[in-house]
Amino acid sequence: MHPVLKLVAQRLALSTLLLLAASVLIFAGTTILPGDVAQNILGQSATPESLANLRKELGMDQPATTRYFNWLFGALQGDLGTALTNGRDIVDSLGGRLKNTLFLAFWAAVVAVPLAIFLGLLAVRYRERWPDKLISAVTLASISVPEFLIGYVLMYYVGVKLGWAPTVSTIYDSMSLGEKLSAIALPVTVLTMVVLAHMMRMTRAAILNVMQSAYIETAELKGLTSFQVIARHAFPNAIAPVVNVVMLNLAYLVVGVVVVEVVFVYPGMGQYLVDHVAKRDVPVVQACGLIFAAVYIGLNMVADIVSILANPRLRHPK
Amino acid sequence: MSDTLLKVEDLKIGARIYPPGEKPRNIDIVHGVSFELEKGKVLGLIGESGAGKSTIGLASMAYGRGGVEITGGKVWVNGREILGTNLRDLRKLRGTEVTYVSQSAAASFNPAKKIMEQVIEASLHQGKFSKKEAEARAVELFTKLGLPDPENIGNRYPHQVSGGQLQRCMTALALCPEPDLVVFDEPTTALDVTTQIDVLMAIKDAIRDTGVAALYITHDLAVVAQVSDEIMVLRMGDMVEHGTTDQIINHPVEEYTRDLVSVRSTQHDGKPPTDNPVLTVENVTARYKGTNFDVLHNVTMELHPGQTLAVVGESGSGKSTTARVITGLLPPREGKIHFDGRDLSPDLEGRSREDLRELQMIYQMADVAMNPRQTVGTIIGRPLEFYFGMKGKEKRARIIELLDEIELGVEFIDRYPAELSGGQKQRVCIARALAAKPKVIICDEVTSALDPLVADGILKLLENLQKIENVAYLFITHDLATVKAIADSIAVMYQGRVVRYGPKAEVLAPPFDDYTDLLLSSVPEMRLGWLEEVVQNRKMESAGN
Repeated sequence: MHPVLKLVAQRLALSTLLLLAASVLIFAGTTILPGDVAQNILGQSATPESLANLRKELGMDQPATTRYFNWLFGALQGDLGTALTNGRDIVDSLGGRLKNTLFLAFWAAVVAVPLAIFLGLLAVRYRERWPDKLISAVTLASISVPEFLIGYVLMYYVGVKLGWAPTVSTIYDSMSLGEKLSAIALPVTVLTMVVLAHMMRMTRAAILNVMQSAYIETAELKGLTSFQVIARHAFPNAIAPVVNVVMLNLAYLVVGVVVVEVVFVYPGMGQYLVDHVAKRDVPVVQACGLIFAAVYIGLNMVADIVSILANPRLRHPK
Repeated sequence: MSDTLLKVEDLKIGARIYPPGEKPRNIDIVHGVSFELEKGKVLGLIGESGAGKSTIGLASMAYGRGGVEITGGKVWVNGREILGTNLRDLRKLRGTEVTYVSQSAAASFNPAKKIMEQVIEASLHQGKFSKKEAEARAVELFTKLGLPDPENIGNRYPHQVSGGQLQRCMTALALCPEPDLVVFDEPTTALDVTTQIDVLMAIKDAIRDTGVAALYITHDLAVVAQVSDEIMVLRMGDMVEHGTTDQIINHPVEEYTRDLVSVRSTQHDGKPPTDNPVLTVENVTARYKGTNFDVLHNVTMELHPGQTLAVVGESGSGKSTTARVITGLLPPREGKIHFDGRDLSPDLEGRSREDLRELQMIYQMADVAMNPRQTVGTIIGRPLEFYFGMKGKEKRARIIELLDEIELGVEFIDRYPAELSGGQKQRVCIARALAAKPKVIICDEVTSALDPLVADGILKLLENLQKIENVAYLFITHDLATVKAIADSIAVMYQGRVVRYGPKAEVLAPPFDDYTDLLLSSVPEMRLGWLEEVVQNRKMESAGN
């Protein structure tokens, strides 16, 4: 078997195991949460009998392990249960939300990743000079300000004062792509500002590290321009660390958008999750947790696999 | 004037250095060197490290490595002064008119790109050839340089070919854009002797066939004598002597040049083996953890008290692995180590403090074998404390005694490794090993990283210390000249096996086995025409077979 295939298979197996472990943690975590769903649904005036009946109806009287496996097998078959609060099928209500979250994350990534890498290359080209320092200062400042603050500031100045973009980013299926993009312009800007610095600095550091190599000197002595040297000779050898940080940030774009979604009233998973945490709707929280974990582990796995594929020694063994 | 390709006039080069604990300051590396090179000629630049050879070579492309800056003088290439020109014009010169072959092709090829892509890159970039033309020329060069499968070798990645092949690919890279001048910077130094000879011949043929001029930079006078028309000897940034190859090799004028020519004259008469060897390696077979092939096969050798056993071979022959087995770092799969009449435990954990004390080690890289944050006194004092419990005045007196033995004064006691030269560092490592009063010291390529004259001093020191302390050396090296200089017995290793073993006089006397013959005949000799002679002999031999 080709060694790369073997390594990739290993990563896949490991990721599956990790996801399984994450599902245990999610289930255990939500089970030991204080509070009682039945009490929550029926209110303070509920009688002990009606509480017991509801618990039984919800399957709360069974041991935790049984409930875990029921939940896990359900999830494997695409059944995440029904929401306790409104009795609707979770997969149905989550599907649209997930699509919206991925839509937002995708467009944020489309803007942020190339921009970060380009700025990283630019910072290397002009290292220790003013463009490098300016890029570093601006990206660092934007990552240091809390995202909700950036969100509200942008909303006020760009949305209200200048009127360039809508302040509420709610999107509907009936909207055209252009309308949707215009609606999410502000949250995409905020997310880009949040993830840019990390990726750009990693690109810069990884490439600077490679720039010490003897083959960079060879390239310079071929008469290539500085930017050609960086883009053609340094960047291909810096892919592995860059991909890792890019994937980490993509995962953040999916998993960490809760605050931004709430600020911009965007109908994504984050908002859905926050609503149901407040209502102690455990199956919904579990389902969201599982999906976030899967996205996180999946993207990191992709990063690992790309790093393996980027290594010519593994791709083309002797 | 029309034949002059490269003219260097009063070239001055400096660098900014950052010594620890002091203010950064500028130092001069090259102080006013001048020379001319005609079209199609080869000039050898020779000198020890720090002589400014590479710096001068790169200055012919107006390039300063790291913080190096050309501070004065003029350089003309094809009649154009290049130091005053802007970067845009320099880029047109680099990679077309002047190209560069570095010491380590393995590091100088981009690991992420195919060889062909890198070989033709400069030609394409400068618009000298079309892709098709450049590839055809590259294949032609691969053929000329004797690379296997020249049609397809360009489709491989650098890690897929051997070190010697890669060095030839680097030469192809430099010759591909049809330059007027190639700077060869120690192109064979990192190679094994048997590989060096092929690469050297390939380079020499390529220079002759393409009519290109070359600057050939090396610290090895015997090598440069084979390829150059003229030689310039450099020392600490000054020109010592410049003449034809014949004049420099056969009639050197300056004393320093004479030293360089005669450096390999150290001789040592081998002592006969005694009855009681201090160290015996018996039928050792070993493999590294996690692998399924043996790297040592049935290795047997003996070391006698107060004598030197040289273990010689090329990279990958198992020399250093043998040392690892002896020191207990790699327990053997089969076989035993006897030491001074007792069996040594195969692994490090099973060895007593006495075992450890009596078997010391000195490494190739003295810099990394010392803690940079400890003073020389602390470094040498450590084994005194550890093995003998010495403290205070007693310890200091012994450290001074040891410093005296390695010919360094008491003033070195408070210095840090960074303040020492390469030779001085290696001396401190020797003192540290001696401090334990060992019976055996394993010396792993201890002179390989040093300049010839400095290495010679270390060998003399080791020999004197052996007489005084009656310590035995297991001397691992790839350099046969070193072996001749110090060994009493020799073990020749090849692919994990001892292929020839015995007292020096026997091992170095014919009839030879094939490998030892190849090894011995590959050591460059300091005379003109040696390379052609060897290659001719080999051709005749292979034709005869």
